[in-house]
Amino acid sequence: MSQQAPDRPVPGQDDAESSLVESLRRGDEDAFERLVRGHGARMLAVAQRYLGRGEDARDAVQEAFIAAYRSIGSFQGHALLSTWLHQITVNACLMRIRSRKRRPEESIDDLLPRWQEDGHHVVQPRDWSPGGEERLQSKETCAFVRQCIDRLPESYRTVILLRDIEDMDTRETARLLGITESGAKVRLHRARQALRELLDERFGRGGR
Amino acid sequence: MITCRTFVEFLMEYLSGALPSDQLDRFEEHLAMCSACVAYMKTYEQTVRLGKAAFEAEKGSVPADVPEDLVQAILEARRRRD
Repeated sequence: MSQQAPDRPVPGQDDAESSLVESLRRGDEDAFERLVRGHGARMLAVAQRYLGRGEDARDAVQEAFIAAYRSIGSFQGHALLSTWLHQITVNACLMRIRSRKRRPEESIDDLLPRWQEDGHHVVQPRDWSPGGEERLQSKETCAFVRQCIDRLPESYRTVILLRDIEDMDTRETARLLGITESGAKVRLHRARQALRELLDERFGRGGR
Repeated sequence: MITCRTFVEFLMEYLSGALPSDQLDRFEEHLAMCSACVAYMKTYEQTVRLGKAAFEAEKGSVPADVPEDLVQAILEARRRRD
């Protein structure tokens, strides 16, 4: 992200936002409540994407708001307040994921392509969209795709969310996950292949 | 001539334009001859697009209000830290 001078307005940032930030810096309790009411729903939706719809997501949002409250002094207006809060929420979610009791993660090997000895596909891939992209973009399809992403083991689901949904670059993704950039690339490719296989069950081999 | 396995292994680099030019020719040669890898590549790209589309739709349907009990929990947590 390019750095902007603090005194240059960010596109979309209005006087009301600047005023809210100033009030937050003064420790104004009402301003904090306006922040929570104004941004809480979107932050909860982001947290639920990473952590599901249980208490974990609500706890992450609470932690994110407290972190924002404590660090509002470092918010210099390089980004919109909503963007800054979004990043804090994602960080809070990843910290919760890391702190969960570690269990051996389910292997995704069964969801990766299988190969003949000569390097050809065991299962011949086929096109998905005889009805065009429209069928693939229906509400029902969107729900099905989200379910499939939820079925991926956590480390693979997380890398898809960061790279493909949040559009973070490889370096930032690797930093947030505490892995190397090449590790992040390998994990993303495996995650996409596994997700493709899950979607193929409906749109490809058996779904017509 | 590369195999389907090699093609799929380096598909992400191929699609992102990260392959060196000497390898790129071999990948495109394979793609011109292998309908299975063409289908795999198309469905791989669709997978990425569908993931984005699924969450774009969700972003547009975020409720306007945050649950009141969560608001109160956050405000209380802040007071405790003051």
